[in-house]
Amino acid sequence: MKVKILGSGCSNCAKLEKVVRQAIDDLGIVADVEKVQDVAGIISYGVMSTPALVIDEQVKLVGKVPNRVRMVEILKEALPQ
Amino acid sequence: MLQAFADFVTFKLFKLLPSSRLGTALDFFINDTLKIFIMLAVIIFLVSLIRSFFSPERTRKILSQKKEFVGNVLAALLGIVTPFCSCSAVPVFIGFVEAGVPLGVTFSFLISSPMVNEVALVMLWGMFGWRIAAIYIATGVIVAIVGGVIIGRLKLEHLVEEYVYDIKMGESELAAMTWRERVDYAWSYVVDILKRVWLYVIIGIAIGGFMHGYAPANFLVKYAGPGSWYAVPLVVAIGVPLYSNAAGIIPIVNVLFEKGMALGTVLAFMMSVTALSLPEMIILRKVLKPKLIGIFVGILTVTILFVGYLFNWIMH
Repeated sequence: MKVKILGSGCSNCAKLEKVVRQAIDDLGIVADVEKVQDVAGIISYGVMSTPALVIDEQVKLVGKVPNRVRMVEILKEALPQ
Repeated sequence: MLQAFADFVTFKLFKLLPSSRLGTALDFFINDTLKIFIMLAVIIFLVSLIRSFFSPERTRKILSQKKEFVGNVLAALLGIVTPFCSCSAVPVFIGFVEAGVPLGVTFSFLISSPMVNEVALVMLWGMFGWRIAAIYIATGVIVAIVGGVIIGRLKLEHLVEEYVYDIKMGESELAAMTWRERVDYAWSYVVDILKRVWLYVIIGIAIGGFMHGYAPANFLVKYAGPGSWYAVPLVVAIGVPLYSNAAGIIPIVNVLFEKGMALGTVLAFMMSVTALSLPEMIILRKVLKPKLIGIFVGILTVTILFVGYLFNWIMH
């Protein structure tokens, strides 16, 4: 699974990264976490409000940080069957 | 009920005399703090619920087919309800330009969004009453429309950094939020804002309460009353470095108003605090050439000064 965090260094972007990493640990899955910080990269996903969450090239969340429980749900839904 | 609670704490618990200065100041402080925190929680929750139906992505779509004026009016109004923080100013700006939103319309959005914000609304409503809050919102929207139309007319597209025009925006479809998600979003936003502003609110109300109890009535009429020519530019200059501190500033401005500061001066001060912010200009520098930032700041400053003098003249 490839997880991307879109956002150019806002405080919520750091929060989102933390929650994502915690949720990955909770699930015990292997995932790549990558930060996309350049504007062109962020915009190319059709996103303007940061932070945003992209899993396997699919935009899952825009402009908000979910709590840990909700993040685990989002990752679970995105797991390949 | 809040007043009764404040009276109880001040006069029964601390056994202060209602006629003493310390007593009035503390009574005022407890009552105002409680009122403002309750209003912040309730109103920001409702505003965030409304906002969960809007997004910058959706606003971009609405504005993309609009022409001058109608576009400016819509952009200024959407600026109020679209969730936006200055940290997203760059992607929002590029996204708007890419969608063919005219430059002046984009600026109407960029002016209205921070100026007519929910914290300023609650604080003005709570401390000055709904009439002045409504005047502030209406004037803010008009400033955003006028500022945007002027920038649009000046044809300054060449003062946007060239790379902006090369960026292509992708498409993404997000599932609509459920009501539970909307409520969660609104609630987390309330917590977020309260965490950020509570200390400023308390300090602002404490200073306000102190001045309310100790400063002589009408002592500002001479310096900041409707007849003072220098008060408006002075408060606009003071407002610039106070960015994002509407929460702490408004209780103090409220007491200045009570002690004789003119309404136009109050409005100009508030607008300069919320709309003229150095951090946002630094962020926008990534997409705008310095000359355009200068023109933007210049137009905003002149419009805000005009609002100040106009209201002082009407009230005089």
